[in-house]
Amino acid sequence: MSEPIIKFDKVVKRFGSVTVLNELDFEVAQGEKVTIIGPSGSGKSTVLRILMTLENIQDGVVYVGGEPLWHEERGGSLHPASEKHLHRMREQLGMVFQQFNLFPHMTVRRNITEAPVRVLGLSKAEAKDRAEELLAMVGLADQADKYPHQLSGGQQQRVGIARALAMRPKIMLFDEPTSALDPELVGEVLNVIRKLAEEHDLTMLLVTHEMQFARQVSDRVCFFDKGKIKEEGPPEQLFTEPREQRTREFLKAVLDPD
Amino acid sequence: MLFGFHWDTSSEWAFAVSIFPMLMIGMLVTIEATIFGFFIALVLGLVLAVLKGAPTRIISWPAIVITEFIRDTPLLVQLFFLYYVLPDYGIILPAFLTGALALGVQYSAYTSEVYRAGLEAITQGQKEASRALNLTTSRTFTHIILPQAIPRIIPALGNYLVSIMKDVPVLSVVTVLEMLNVAKIIGDRTFDYLVPLSMVGGIYLVLTLVSSAGVRFLDTRLPKMGIPLK
Repeated sequence: MSEPIIKFDKVVKRFGSVTVLNELDFEVAQGEKVTIIGPSGSGKSTVLRILMTLENIQDGVVYVGGEPLWHEERGGSLHPASEKHLHRMREQLGMVFQQFNLFPHMTVRRNITEAPVRVLGLSKAEAKDRAEELLAMVGLADQADKYPHQLSGGQQQRVGIARALAMRPKIMLFDEPTSALDPELVGEVLNVIRKLAEEHDLTMLLVTHEMQFARQVSDRVCFFDKGKIKEEGPPEQLFTEPREQRTREFLKAVLDPD
Repeated sequence: MLFGFHWDTSSEWAFAVSIFPMLMIGMLVTIEATIFGFFIALVLGLVLAVLKGAPTRIISWPAIVITEFIRDTPLLVQLFFLYYVLPDYGIILPAFLTGALALGVQYSAYTSEVYRAGLEAITQGQKEASRALNLTTSRTFTHIILPQAIPRIIPALGNYLVSIMKDVPVLSVVTVLEMLNVAKIIGDRTFDYLVPLSMVGGIYLVLTLVSSAGVRFLDTRLPKMGIPLK
């Protein structure tokens, strides 16, 4: 196996006195689609937020593309990363949020073109073409001039996916992308993510409660519990014959709530 | 006679009509002081809001203390201080400027809170999305946060404009010839206070109702989702 594109090496994350990630070791290979499941508070979203540089870490090292994310190497030792370093590292990552976090005062098109123009330095015409292409891909080609509040939740989340993709990241992070949606809108968002998983070489990291979907799209499923990976494996194995008692309990509670 | 106009005391109505132009001159001063004070409150308030939000305590603490001090001491005390104490240190300002400055300083404590509340109302998610997209901090502030905060801030600022206008008569104690002071001078000279003071009350009522309606109108026209960017 080649160098992993994401590597957590004994990562510790605390919020006050609560330890959210407890010496976490975790690797993702280039192009791999990994789903993280687990009870709330198990630290699964925190993994994504650390990768997106929204949360700092207290101990350990996170590597993205073989390079430390939260540290810089100077004179053979690691130092806390500068904002410049984080800025450069972030270019490799894109994130889709549970609450969409679209910019409400911008049209759908502007939501998607703002960062490519400002950050990547694309011309307005180039960024517009890219936005149009992505909107067609997520099935919203005719909605470019609308504002987010004029769209349904499912449509907003698809714009969120297009906005993240417009930065051409190597790694896509999906933080419970369907948890804020009405049940009948979940499918349209999952279809877009599925298409993305099947047709692109992107590395994808997905936190979700949609077990059926996790089973279909992922190469590997990780069950998080108390800030560590309790069990991981191919979806068929993990969902049908989990080894750990804790995994069995969780899956039973989620899949068969009665 | 005042400002070149003569009063006509033959009847109450004639008196009212004859002093109306004098009160109008006073009203202009009132409006000028309001606008001037409001402008100072807008600028100084923004400065205080930014300082209070500074990440280091060395900067944020003095701003917080200054704001509290300004807010918890009476306008009249601040006005007297500026008018009678500053000249001791060689700073001699005309009464009008001193008054407008006192109003501006007093209200900057309030407007700074308006700015801060408006900026803090923008969800963390907007900042996180901006960061995930690698937008710079300044770009995020000017193009993501501010356009969403401004429509929330403006109506509250408008209400303080009305409050400042109602506080302008305080400036009469340092000889500013605003509307109330003009009315008082007319009363002193004609021994008729009822008519000029009633007129001041009436004019104030009109001014306040009109500007409040203006603020409400503005509020309905503001884009709730933020200033649209195509």
